[in-house]
Amino acid sequence: MADLVAPVSSPGPAASPAARQGCVRRFLASDILYSFRRSPVTVAASVVAALIILGAVFAPWVAPHNPYDLASVSLMDATDPPAWLDGGNWDYPLGTDNQGRDVLSTMLYGTRLSLAVGVSAVLAALLLGVALGLIAGWKGGFTETVIMRVADVQLSFPAILIALLIDGAARGILPRDVQAEIAIYVLIVAIASSHWVYFARTVRGSVLVERNKEYIQAARVIGVRPMKIVVAHLLPNVIGPVLVLATINLAVAIITEATLSFLGVGLPPTQPSLGTLIRVGNDYLMSGDWWISIFPGIWLALLILSVNLFGDWLRDAFNPKLR
Amino acid sequence: MTALLEVENLRVELPTRRGTLVAVDDVSFSIAPGEVLGIVGESGAGKSVTGAAIIGLLEPPLRVAGGRVVLGGRRIDNLPYDEMRRVRGKEIGAIFQDPLTSLNPLYTIGRQLTETIRTHLDVGAATARERALALLGEVGIAGAAQRLGHYPHQFSGGMRQRVVIALALAANPRLIIADEPTTALDVSIQAQIIALLKRLGREHGTAIMLVTHDMGVIAETAHRVAVMYAGRIVELGPVRDIVDAPQHPYTKGLMDSIPRIGGVRGRLRQIDGAMPRLTEIPPGCPFNPRCPQVFDRCRRDRPELMRAGRGEAACWLFAEERVGA
Amino acid sequence: MTAFVIRRVFQSVLVLVAVALTAFALFNYVGDPINNMVGQDTTPAERVALRHELGLDQSFLIQFARFVGHAAEGNFGLSYQQARPVGQIILEKMPATLELSFVAALVALVFGVPMGIYTGLHRRSWVSQAMLTGSLVGISLPTFLIGILLILIFAVVLGWLPSFGRGQVVHIGWWTTGLLTASGWRAIILPAVTLALFQMTLIMRLVRAEMIEVLRADYIKFARARGLSNRAINFGHALKNTLVPVITVTGIQLGAIIAFAVVTETVFQWPGMGLMFIQAVTFADIPVMAAYLVLVGFFFVVINLIVDLLYYVVDPRLRIEREHAAGG
Repeated sequence: MADLVAPVSSPGPAASPAARQGCVRRFLASDILYSFRRSPVTVAASVVAALIILGAVFAPWVAPHNPYDLASVSLMDATDPPAWLDGGNWDYPLGTDNQGRDVLSTMLYGTRLSLAVGVSAVLAALLLGVALGLIAGWKGGFTETVIMRVADVQLSFPAILIALLIDGAARGILPRDVQAEIAIYVLIVAIASSHWVYFARTVRGSVLVERNKEYIQAARVIGVRPMKIVVAHLLPNVIGPVLVLATINLAVAIITEATLSFLGVGLPPTQPSLGTLIRVGNDYLMSGDWWISIFPGIWLALLILSVNLFGDWLRDAFNPKLR
Repeated sequence: MTALLEVENLRVELPTRRGTLVAVDDVSFSIAPGEVLGIVGESGAGKSVTGAAIIGLLEPPLRVAGGRVVLGGRRIDNLPYDEMRRVRGKEIGAIFQDPLTSLNPLYTIGRQLTETIRTHLDVGAATARERALALLGEVGIAGAAQRLGHYPHQFSGGMRQRVVIALALAANPRLIIADEPTTALDVSIQAQIIALLKRLGREHGTAIMLVTHDMGVIAETAHRVAVMYAGRIVELGPVRDIVDAPQHPYTKGLMDSIPRIGGVRGRLRQIDGAMPRLTEIPPGCPFNPRCPQVFDRCRRDRPELMRAGRGEAACWLFAEERVGA
Repeated sequence: MTAFVIRRVFQSVLVLVAVALTAFALFNYVGDPINNMVGQDTTPAERVALRHELGLDQSFLIQFARFVGHAAEGNFGLSYQQARPVGQIILEKMPATLELSFVAALVALVFGVPMGIYTGLHRRSWVSQAMLTGSLVGISLPTFLIGILLILIFAVVLGWLPSFGRGQVVHIGWWTTGLLTASGWRAIILPAVTLALFQMTLIMRLVRAEMIEVLRADYIKFARARGLSNRAINFGHALKNTLVPVITVTGIQLGAIIAFAVVTETVFQWPGMGLMFIQAVTFADIPVMAAYLVLVGFFFVVINLIVDLLYYVVDPRLRIEREHAAGG
């Protein structure tokens, strides 16, 4: 009878795919590195993104002026054009804005805020979305129905409207005098709550697939606590697509922040992000002072484009079913 | 006997960034009018790629890198796209593995039939419809007139494969390439489809190139068999001889692994190891790492097809009987 | 068929109820209606009386029902900021937004779909590569930035087109249209292009992706094996199969166009509902926000419903299975 039993050489069923990724990962990494080097556009995009991000992080050391230091700002220098034009000087390489602040410096500091809001919002959305997606996929039943119904309703509205609405409601609730100070947190909450849905749906979809696989069944059979199964076994195996999604969402979050600030419901002019700078500069566009809005605009477009290109490459390289 | 289809030294390559892989390596065979040639082998042996190369539908980056394909005396492997298009469907019909996905879900089968007929035959709408009706009747679909207006999802798997066969026959081609036509179907339906193919081939005088991994289907249907392994034909001969007295050690192993009713009772044997991936084909005979009768020469030189029994085998065991050397 | 429609209508109503609840919550709890109606010197007793008079002391359900009833009549109360009925304000602003959205959607479809087909069919051609690169830039430029750039080029530098407003409008009943005057057409070009650009690139990329996917399908391979012409395969078989996802996304994008009109209208000072909404958000003018929310929710639901019904026209699988279920 023993002849009939096929020799089983596969590893124990409880070994989850993520747990035996050690050697797989090395192979994967080499492949991914290869496809990275093979794509000059991606390399260029990464360099641009890195430069913009470094410029933002080290703004206090890199920027020629401190735009928040009111003592160093003089209205005498307001709306100076870029250095290479008539009336410009190299004190202000990209000119000055309506308050006499150096455009280059406000840009570098503004990128800091744009990135801070974008990254925090994506992280918050990711945490919320992954948690709800795990719960929905794992629990099923009524819990799942409620979570996914809310997601569906929310998804039928563009994220920007949701963010605007939350922002507007916050303005209605909060006293006016604190609004400028906490604007950044309101913004993060507004963007995060309009973006968690994408993460939740992706995670739930993966969980539904993974939960029926053998390693999860095996873990259940040998009596691992559900909480531990979800965190230690399920999560590592559904997180891949989420990270790719996060990169793509970062670009969207930065755009959303910029748009809200541009609309005048994001960061205030005293704490300007790139969007705020463009909004302020927009008022001077018709009078010909284009540099106040155009330089931050180009900077913003470069940042988003490079993040998008990187995200696109990442998606193709890992090729999960994301769209 | 003049051959209907002649394939000579066909070579299909797959360029990858780690070098060029050879999916079909120096394959030659011919099919006579009305003949059923079975192509058998494990998945990845290059059977389907051979079929796709003949009808000029290789999926890039796969590409024909050498050899000739001659149909009825006319070379077809180097035809311009539009001329080759007129050969497909008109002279060579094709049937694919999965009838569930071979039909466009958004059009009625009547539309798909008449569209094919009118592409190849110079007939009006009414004549095309009549022919479509006749074809459906021929492949055994009852109530053809009503069925013409139905969509693919309204047919069962077996019925859909009958529709696919009707489509392949639409312009009365001289050759049909059937790529695993029964693999996706229930066992009971498989037999019906095979019987239908056989009958239609006989009635129309259509030659059939039957690609399958199922030796049972081949044994029932084919006149001759080509056994493929790692992109090459390792044995070629009349079906009875290959089934009853296989020559190549690989074919022997293949036959020993098939259970038979009324055969000598004993354990089914299996061939140790697995067919090499395209990246790892060894020098010499590709079967040498798994061959029970391997000797030095097998690891060094590549065997061509040579006379073995009443057919041919690519194996150095038959070197002294080598034909035309 | 009817069962499906009923189910979809039911779902739509659910969405609308959710939207109405949100709007109601905004209306009732975020902005206290009493505070906005009375002065500082009103006594607590008067407040209670007013509360009773307005029915604000009634149960949640009754209040909600009354809100929905009023909403259905277009009655959203008074705008805090303008002290005029919100319904009236919206009615004035709606034609501008709908006209802009309609023209933008048309531009996005008329250019996006053919570009998507072309790039899907000719993947390696340099024209496709250029379009794809361009589309990535288009996706990466935020709508407001595109608007500013267009203003800079066409209004400031070249002086060809106006940078704000609707131009001259014509009244037809309560509707106003700028599409009957030359200045109206000149005024709508820049905002419509701004609004359309993002959706156009999105539609193009989607159609391309779907084309590529469908062209890999077995039935396309089989169609080739049947010897059909490229034309019949590409436009007869492939294109039709890409329609279902394209219709879905186009429907969603139509909603997005109305939403992004908020941004475009701000850039171009286009006197529509979007500009009104932004002003409402800035001043926390809750009744206007609630009304806008309900109205836009209604538009979205209607669009989604139409999209679902369009599936029937395109996809026989949905049509026939229901008939069978009904018949036997």
